[in-house]
Amino acid sequence: MSRFTPFEWIAAMRFMREGFVQTLLIVFGVGLGVAVIVFMAAALAAMQNNIIRRTLNYMAPIVVIPPQQVARPLREDGKGSAVLVQPRSQQLRSIDQWQKVRSQIERLPDVTAVTPVVSGPGFALRGDANKAVNITGIEPETYLDVIALGDKIVDGRLSVASSDIVIGIELAQDLGAGVGDKLRLTTATGASATLNVTGIFDFGNKRVNESNVYISLHVAQSLLNLLGGVSSIELRVRDPFDAENVAQVIQDETGQEADSWIRTNAQFFTAMLAQTLTNRLIRFFVGLTAALGIASVLVVSVVQKSKEIGILRAMGTSRGQVLRLFLLQGAVMALAGSLLGSGLSFVFLALFRSIARNPDGTIMFPIDIEPSLIVTTAVGATLVGVLAAALPARLAAQLDPAVAIRG
Amino acid sequence: MTVRASVETLRLEGVRKSYGVGTPVETEVLHGIDVVIGSGEFTALVGPSGGGKSTLLNLIGLLDQPTGGKVWIQGVETEKLGDAERTRLRGRSIGFVFQYHYLLPAFTALENVMMPMLAVRGFPDDAMRERAAKLLDEVGLTPWRDYRANDISGGQQQRVAVARSLAMKPALVLADEPTGNLDTNSADGVFDVLRQVNESSGTTFLIVTHDPRLAQRCDRIIELVDGRLVADRPNTNVVRRSGAAFSEAGAARLVTPSPELK
Repeated sequence: MSRFTPFEWIAAMRFMREGFVQTLLIVFGVGLGVAVIVFMAAALAAMQNNIIRRTLNYMAPIVVIPPQQVARPLREDGKGSAVLVQPRSQQLRSIDQWQKVRSQIERLPDVTAVTPVVSGPGFALRGDANKAVNITGIEPETYLDVIALGDKIVDGRLSVASSDIVIGIELAQDLGAGVGDKLRLTTATGASATLNVTGIFDFGNKRVNESNVYISLHVAQSLLNLLGGVSSIELRVRDPFDAENVAQVIQDETGQEADSWIRTNAQFFTAMLAQTLTNRLIRFFVGLTAALGIASVLVVSVVQKSKEIGILRAMGTSRGQVLRLFLLQGAVMALAGSLLGSGLSFVFLALFRSIARNPDGTIMFPIDIEPSLIVTTAVGATLVGVLAAALPARLAAQLDPAVAIRG
Repeated sequence: MTVRASVETLRLEGVRKSYGVGTPVETEVLHGIDVVIGSGEFTALVGPSGGGKSTLLNLIGLLDQPTGGKVWIQGVETEKLGDAERTRLRGRSIGFVFQYHYLLPAFTALENVMMPMLAVRGFPDDAMRERAAKLLDEVGLTPWRDYRANDISGGQQQRVAVARSLAMKPALVLADEPTGNLDTNSADGVFDVLRQVNESSGTTFLIVTHDPRLAQRCDRIIELVDGRLVADRPNTNVVRRSGAAFSEAGAARLVTPSPELK
């Protein structure tokens, strides 16, 4: 009994020590619950981050393109029902006054980097091999702020001067081309250029490694017949999850079409949302189960100790003190449980690391349990503990001392 | 609140208590009790079981509220006090000794004696510990003070309970058959302590007992039958001592029968 420990704390600790087995069981119960919650939250976050990171590797969060061209029927009196309107085929066009659009976008607060891109279909030829590719003309100074292409170079260097081309590792294999070799790019317009392979990249995605080739903006403009124009403006935003909102703003401000990666990957996002919801639901029920466990242990304790509570009241203990005595027990059990649970979650993590491995023995995806997650969970669990103790604590505080002592 | 002269420790005026108020089985167990107990009195409350003794004690101890009449504790009229004020008054002015001692088993003898002081003041300090140690010494339990409440004998537990009831230096100690489940020697020992405290500190005692022999050791005897006071007489022939005195060393002597009993 130190002089700084209040009566409620001393009594709460003794009561819990007295019911040691009960206390221990419930602390373990809460601990398991917390471990599941922490581990699941960490695993889910890691999984989603992993997918997001891999996606945003090669894909800008927002791509601005010119609005779709629509066929406009000449008759507008509504009586032209006999007229068959064929949808307009979409030709490769430049964004109208793209420099102006670009500076408009650059002024938006949530946008961190903007780059113009010319992209379109073409063929890469070398010797007998030819492959369909997606020609991407970039302005390296700004493009690298949007897509970290420089980090993905596995051979050679990132250089897209007028006669340079950077290709993916799969395409390099298909064409049998290495750094320093030449290859030819042609497009449907008949334009072609012979370029030097200066670098080979690997985005960890076969489709991208096979099809994307990076060249300088002006070479792409001439190959794709878009002199002076750009086919899209790509940009990076502060919060990738806010991309859809930013895209809406851009669309409203510029009149161009802005596609966020969220819309482009709608299915993936739906799946992710479902995962997140399921995870929340599980967390809620695990939390509820732990709370019910704490509440039931404390209700039993109140019943068992009703005589002692009556005596405490007779000795001048106030209702408030009795209330706090039991709220404290709930809080302490939950906090102890959450600390134990955090420790257990690291055990789960170690188990997971030893089980979830790729066939080649590398870790499937890295999970990290962040300290903030543990702190949040501990605080949350303690609150749940106090809430769970509310009912038993009220029961105890409302005990009529005369009845309790007569018992 | 009306304040009366504080030479009165307790005043009851027309105190009634009914159980099951508002139900068909409403029963009145106390039918208007009037009694005044002065400061320093050592009073026995006797009467057959079911006569309302414990109910009356609970009302006096502010553990329960009367359905009619008024209770003054040290001149303070308690009728209109809220729960918090009643708790405060109870903690500071009234000590309880119950038949089944009701120590807190999670605490040692010393800590049990400290408990009322701790509950009222909130934080432990050295003065509390010293006072508790002194009280335990007075009831002859110094060698057992660090024992858990459940690890000592019934008589010793009851002496801890007596020490506990005195912790806050209450004006009034209410004892509900404090020796009811003790053997004669232990009962005499506990009773000796009560009388000693009464004499040395002037604490007022109201003791419910079934034991006529112990009642004879009180200054005044009040008899309660069927919820009415039927007798209230001074005891002119008080048996002051059982012979078993308490001190640290005296505790061992409790096992030897006292001379009066032979």
